[in-house]
Amino acid sequence: MAIIFYISSAVAVLSTVMVITRMNAVHALLYLIVSLLSVAVIFFTLGAPFIGALEVIIYAGAIMVLFVFVMMMLNMGKKAAELESSWVNPRMYVGPAILAAILGIELVYMLASGSNRAAGFEMVGPKAVGIGLYSSYLVGLELAGMLLLAGLVGAFHLGRRDED
Amino acid sequence: MLSLLWLVPAIPYFSFAILAVFGKRMPKSVSGLLGVGSVGISAVISVLIGIQFISSPPEGDLFLQRLWTWIGVGNFQPEIAFHLDALSLLMMLVVTIVGFLIHLYSWEFMEDDEGFSRFFAYMNLFVGSMLTLVLANNLVLLYLGWEGVGLCSYLLIGFWYKDSYNGAAARKAFITTRVGDTAMAIGLFLLFWNLGSLDIQEVMSSASMQWGTGSGIALAVALLLLGGAVGKSAQLPLQVWLPDAMAGPSPVSALIHAATMVTAGVYLIARTHVIFDLAPIAQAAVAIVGAATLLIAGFSALKQHDIKRVLAYSTISQIGYMFLALGVGAYSAAMFHFMTHAFFKALLFLGAGALIMCLHHEHNMFKMGGMRKQLPLTFWTFLIGSGALAAVPLITAGFYSKDLILWRAWTSDSGSPILWLAGIVGAFITAVYTFRMVFVTFFGESKMQADRKPGVRISVPLVALAILALIGGFIEMPHTLGHFAPFSKFMHSVLPEVHAGQYSISAELLFQIIAVVITLSGILIAYIFYYRKPELSANVAKSGIGTVLGRFFYSGWGFDWLYYTFLVGPFVWIARVNKKDIIDFIYTIIAMICQIFNFIFRQTQTGRVRSYAAGIAFGAIVIIAIVMFT
Amino acid sequence: MTAIPMEHGLLLAAVLFMLGLIGLLVRRNIIFMLLSIEVMLNAAGLAFVVAGARWAQAEGQIMFMFILAMAAAEVAVGLALVLLMYRKFKTLDSDQVSRMRG
Repeated sequence: MAIIFYISSAVAVLSTVMVITRMNAVHALLYLIVSLLSVAVIFFTLGAPFIGALEVIIYAGAIMVLFVFVMMMLNMGKKAAELESSWVNPRMYVGPAILAAILGIELVYMLASGSNRAAGFEMVGPKAVGIGLYSSYLVGLELAGMLLLAGLVGAFHLGRRDED
Repeated sequence: MLSLLWLVPAIPYFSFAILAVFGKRMPKSVSGLLGVGSVGISAVISVLIGIQFISSPPEGDLFLQRLWTWIGVGNFQPEIAFHLDALSLLMMLVVTIVGFLIHLYSWEFMEDDEGFSRFFAYMNLFVGSMLTLVLANNLVLLYLGWEGVGLCSYLLIGFWYKDSYNGAAARKAFITTRVGDTAMAIGLFLLFWNLGSLDIQEVMSSASMQWGTGSGIALAVALLLLGGAVGKSAQLPLQVWLPDAMAGPSPVSALIHAATMVTAGVYLIARTHVIFDLAPIAQAAVAIVGAATLLIAGFSALKQHDIKRVLAYSTISQIGYMFLALGVGAYSAAMFHFMTHAFFKALLFLGAGALIMCLHHEHNMFKMGGMRKQLPLTFWTFLIGSGALAAVPLITAGFYSKDLILWRAWTSDSGSPILWLAGIVGAFITAVYTFRMVFVTFFGESKMQADRKPGVRISVPLVALAILALIGGFIEMPHTLGHFAPFSKFMHSVLPEVHAGQYSISAELLFQIIAVVITLSGILIAYIFYYRKPELSANVAKSGIGTVLGRFFYSGWGFDWLYYTFLVGPFVWIARVNKKDIIDFIYTIIAMICQIFNFIFRQTQTGRVRSYAAGIAFGAIVIIAIVMFT
Repeated sequence: MTAIPMEHGLLLAAVLFMLGLIGLLVRRNIIFMLLSIEVMLNAAGLAFVVAGARWAQAEGQIMFMFILAMAAAEVAVGLALVLLMYRKFKTLDSDQVSRMRG
């Protein structure tokens, strides 16, 4: 199973790199779906099958579909991709890359100083998650529900065309 | 009945509140009725309280009504509490009764004024504040009343605010008295700092226990309180505001600047007499201030031609007499003169006001003349008031009170012949300028035509005050006239008796005869110079020294010039030099620093989402670094 | 189950997060910025799940679900805003809407 983790990790990193370098938004979106699917595989290897399923259904499914719809509505074609490449200059990667590298070094440094213990030796199934979600985190769950409702109402309100 | 004491100040305050809020929408009859009626009810209650207080005196000749604690900070607990004893009872009666008569008079006097209800609102506020002042059981409440009357005085001097001259006079009065008030406030701080209380009874008893006679702290406190009294009572050197205060309506001059407020200083010293007893130097200062003031103001009154300014200077002079009496320890004599003075000076001001009203607001008495025939009632009452002011013997109240002061000025242990001499010279001048005023105004040929007669609401107060000015003195007769003295006996429950050696009745009689002769000769001189042979006085005025002295006296001994040159002028100069405000520069720098930082930080607000995101990332890096390396 | 060192999982999360950050900072197109944000959120969720798996606790997964809910709501509102912006300014360039004027 470990080999699956490493392979999907590599796929995830590569596809994410592709996401941020594509000029065509639809291509980027497809790579993002690949990335999300590989992360879903990683969840399975870590013994979290329920979350893996959610990742596929909600992230790679629902949320990405939203993006697809929006892109359809914006109707971006070849011109958009050309425009995009005129906006992105390879030299622009330097600054953010340095910033991200420093952050990465810091994170790696912190990881290295921790104890080395294995993860994913035990399965945490949907039942445990459900029990936790509806007992200790009930209030959080309700709040998340309200947040979603607010997002729904907000999106509806913003997306509505004016009557005039 | 005594428990109704709180109503006495409360009713005028209540009426003030109503008039201040709804006055503009009320018809004049209602606001007049409210303004006059409230003080009238207060007067009735005061009289009833007075009758009960005298007929069945409460324990210790003292009634204390505590309403509530005003401020509670640590052991500083001033209360809203009223203290009634002989002294405050006298003040309360004078304030309410004379106040009521003057309010009644104003009802007609101010009838045609557009600020009618405003006038009564201020007047009621004044009466309430004055009553608070005299009834307060602690010095903080007294100070509240003290400032309240000062405020009303300011508002009423500048009542006709459309004329900027009146506003300037009001400001002058306010600022000048403020000098004294500041001294008084510092005195109160000192008292509290040393004795830990401002309750009058407590302060007085602990002061006499803790401070020895002649101690420095008692002297300091006494002098500071004297400063407050001098400011409020228009004594030397803060007397300059009172003549200008005549810019206000005549009833205001009568009530505030003659009968009640300006005597608040006298009341304050009498109330805190224990401290003055402990500081003989301060007490001597009181006497000297009084003597000097009565002379200076008297001479100034000689040359004025505005009838109200004559009365203003005479008020200063008469309060000088009261200070003289306080200074020699004759407290009850001072209060006696306060009472009679309130009657006859209010009468004179009201009479002058009636004249002015009937003569198209003419203030210059040399343009009047011969009013005896045209306004007989005003003439007779004014004559009675003038007689009392000049201390015409036997029949007027002023004679008894002034005679008592003169007698004490010599015979009291702290008195001296010099003080007596000042008093007797002052009495002579008083007689001269008073009857100069009477002869010039009422005798001779009439130069003006009175276009109206005073109505009943003006006549009644005039007559009532005239009666009081006549009989008010009979409650304190000297030894030569049977020594019927219920007044001083009553007062001695609060105020100490004067310390004096034994003098025979014949000595007292001698002094009285001197005083009588002096008064009558003063009247005679006025008669000669201003009625029989006016050219004589004109000749004196034209001669070289006469011109100089005349100008000097007319300007009130040049005090205004002095203060303008040495205080106002330099102050204005400093203000002009410091126009850009050097201190303010520091604050400008602070503002500039803010602006610089504003400029720097504004550069970060680009509105670009990506730079914000970069900022967040950078912040995260820094925070993680801090967590890592600490 | 095969044990995988927790550090490796976290390292993956860190790498994904940084890629998302780079994407966010580089791109001007607001759609790409939203995509990058999704990558970052996903990386954060991954870190939670890895930590949850390390201690065999359900909390990690629960947190992931909260993140999921938050991401869904954010995307809904965000995309609605994108539509609005495109309608108003006829552009997707985030730099061109830097003025706070409607």
